Amino acid sequence: MFGFLLHRLSVLVPIFIGVTLVAFSFIRVLPGDPVETLAGERGLSPERHAELLTHLGLDKPVWEQYLIYVGNILQGDFGRSFITNKPVLTEFLELFPATVELAFCAMVFAIVVGLPAGLVAATRRGTIFDQTLMGISLTGYSMPIFWWGLLLIIFFSNTLGWTPVSGRISFLYDVPRVTGFLLIDSLLGDEKGAFLSALRHLILPSVVLGTIPLAIIARQTRSAMLEVLGEDYIRTAKAKGLSPTRIIGVHALRNAMITVVTVIGLQGGALLGGAILTETIFSWPGIGKWMIFSVSSRDYFVVQSGLLLIALCIMTVNLLIDLLYGVINPRILHQR
Amino acid sequence: MKRHLKATGLCLALIAGFAMTAEAKTLVYCSEGSPEGFNPSLYSAGTTFDASAQTIYNRLVEFEPGTTNLVPGLAESWTASDDGLVYTFKLRPGVKWHSNDKFTPTRDFNADDVLFSFNRQWDENNPYAGVSGGNYQYFGWMDMANILKSIEKTDDMTVVFTLNYPEAPFVSNLAMDFASIMSAEYADKMAEGGTMEVVDNEPIGTGPFVFKGYKKDAVIRYEAFDDYWEGKPAVDKLVFAITTDPSVRYQKLQAGECHIMPYPNPADLDAMEAEADINLMQQEGLNIGYLAFNTEKEPFTDKRVRQALNMAINKDAIIDVVFKGAAAKATNPIPPTMWSYNEEVEDYPYDPEKAKALLKEAGVEGLKTNIWAMPVQRPYNPNARRMAELIQADWAKVGVEADIVTFEWAEYLDRVRKGEHDTVLLGWTGDNGDPDNFMFVLLGCEAAKSSSSRWCNHEFDDLLRDAKKTADIPTRTELYEKAQVIFKEEAPWVTIAHSIVFMPVREEVMGYKVHPLGSHIFKNVSLAE
Repeated sequence: MFGFLLHRLSVLVPIFIGVTLVAFSFIRVLPGDPVETLAGERGLSPERHAELLTHLGLDKPVWEQYLIYVGNILQGDFGRSFITNKPVLTEFLELFPATVELAFCAMVFAIVVGLPAGLVAATRRGTIFDQTLMGISLTGYSMPIFWWGLLLIIFFSNTLGWTPVSGRISFLYDVPRVTGFLLIDSLLGDEKGAFLSALRHLILPSVVLGTIPLAIIARQTRSAMLEVLGEDYIRTAKAKGLSPTRIIGVHALRNAMITVVTVIGLQGGALLGGAILTETIFSWPGIGKWMIFSVSSRDYFVVQSGLLLIALCIMTVNLLIDLLYGVINPRILHQR
Repeated sequence: MKRHLKATGLCLALIAGFAMTAEAKTLVYCSEGSPEGFNPSLYSAGTTFDASAQTIYNRLVEFEPGTTNLVPGLAESWTASDDGLVYTFKLRPGVKWHSNDKFTPTRDFNADDVLFSFNRQWDENNPYAGVSGGNYQYFGWMDMANILKSIEKTDDMTVVFTLNYPEAPFVSNLAMDFASIMSAEYADKMAEGGTMEVVDNEPIGTGPFVFKGYKKDAVIRYEAFDDYWEGKPAVDKLVFAITTDPSVRYQKLQAGECHIMPYPNPADLDAMEAEADINLMQQEGLNIGYLAFNTEKEPFTDKRVRQALNMAINKDAIIDVVFKGAAAKATNPIPPTMWSYNEEVEDYPYDPEKAKALLKEAGVEGLKTNIWAMPVQRPYNPNARRMAELIQADWAKVGVEADIVTFEWAEYLDRVRKGEHDTVLLGWTGDNGDPDNFMFVLLGCEAAKSSSSRWCNHEFDDLLRDAKKTADIPTRTELYEKAQVIFKEEAPWVTIAHSIVFMPVREEVMGYKVHPLGSHIFKNVSLAE
């Protein structure tokens, strides 16, 4: 187990270097610099432009800027936003819990609905039920997030008035920040109704963000189950006279889960991508919206450090998934 | 199951219903973005100004809400010397400062606060000059460092501004957001504790609303200031619910989750108008959308070509299609609501035949050119791509073939500044209601190095410079009227439209005025029971 972990960690070093390079150069390849972008239609004099670039250290050769950037990061300094003048890490930590909370709920929704749906479809292969379910999941998979989000808002928030349109919590509640996760913080605080409000605000965005993972999980579970159900040991189990519940629930599901867990893990990164759109529709104060804004305002320091921080989180999640995978399928631990 | 769902829905609806009535005096504004910070002198976005200058702070002089008229603010009165070089401001006594958990004011507003607010932006040696990045954009854009010679207090309640040269729009500049007055006492106290940035992040002002907190990208909270010098605002609390997408803002307005929203989607306007609980307010914006010719490039160096291409464009069609009728055709570079607008100037008629003849006269045949279309939506141009297509079609009728070019916004501006375009769609929204702020900034020779038309006409420029030298409005009006005649004759732009600004508010909102300068001001707003 330890050797496995060490091996996985050693792979992270080149990935880290790669990510810093990509994050650093990506934003610089785009035309326009932060100073110019901020000036907008008004523009500014070349002298003032040069002065501000010097102030930000952007007049130095690019390789030197890169070395300073990596050097600072190794010391835990992620730089400051050019726009808000706040440390990037502070902003990231302020917004990240919102994204995690949303992604987590979306994932829970996707798994809780997707897994049973896939299971049921597999056991009733070829029936109307199976076909309908797979049809719906294909639709879900190809759903344009923006359109889907607005549709749900119009129906559930406006026509029915069941859910709030957007935001994380009603403005009536000013929940003091403890963990940054509103579901937890609202329970810790003493404002009645805050938890319910936070929960209600999570419903639509979670459904929207969870739709694509749900479709993928359902389809993956179905095909993994079908594959496993055709194996010899299942036939053996049947021959032994085990109950269908036991065959599916214990023998088949455990083996099918290996591929399903991998797919769920891979959705982690995809969720962050989807979060950008979902956060925009639902005015969700998370990192997706923050990144979009920073790219369009050419806030170099936020983009290069923000991308790195996100990448670090995804790498951590993938590492955890790898470990979990090892638990489910012990053979993995012994491979190199 | 169905009944159960219905019951849940009813419960939720009830909770939502109670929520709105229990806090009936909370005004919720669905703002379009996050503020960059809370010190308006450091930033340039209207979003930031709404959240700081217009709520938390005051200025020496203010724009009367809904107009560009100057009215006394923190200065009770002011006088200008005959040579236009010395401005004396009498400050308003008894103006109280806000307080927060870090600061309780021991004195009322006085001249020290005025000095601090300007010196921070002007004097590099001011201890606060470099705090929070120290980039005072508007102070630079309005050329304040060159205009100002000195700022002195003659007593606690009198401040004298001396200028290097007469600059008529100076007082209007002082009404702009960047000239908001901050507390010198608060600044001193935070400097002692070594926490200078707190002044910018946890603002203390004299304005109608007290800052209560900001959750990044989510919500800003304010409370009405009991001791506000104009009287306590009619609402008890003000909330900015940050909602970046215009369709979602509209949904929130419909659902009653907010009372006022800015920048509606043009496509939603008809639906808004039809809705009973929404009042669609509107006002002519202080803006201009135009197409500029790069007058340094052939054949646009020839004014006959520019005139011909003016005549070839059907502006009525543009107003109909692009603005959905919500705009006025533009003739001059300033909007008709602005003083000194020259009614006598006649626009080029839509006349393709004459345009063809004029092009022929100029020896231009089979012209191939480009039209640059902005990638962003602006009040002065809600759909530049569509506008470019219409112009392209119009020009094709007179034998001019134009490609439509577009870039990502930052790149677009960068390339325009370098003069890479032939013709370009751009626009402007006024800062201070002074014609100088349109004509000198966009068309003066000083701007020509990087302006979209790169046009420098000395006769025109001299008129603008003369107009800066006197505060006398009739004299200035005459000068600007002459300048507009030259502008039209020379045709460095096709003036396209002055758009109407829309502001949907819920029917219970009373006393809101759409501000021509684009600010959103809530101090006079109340909510009907």
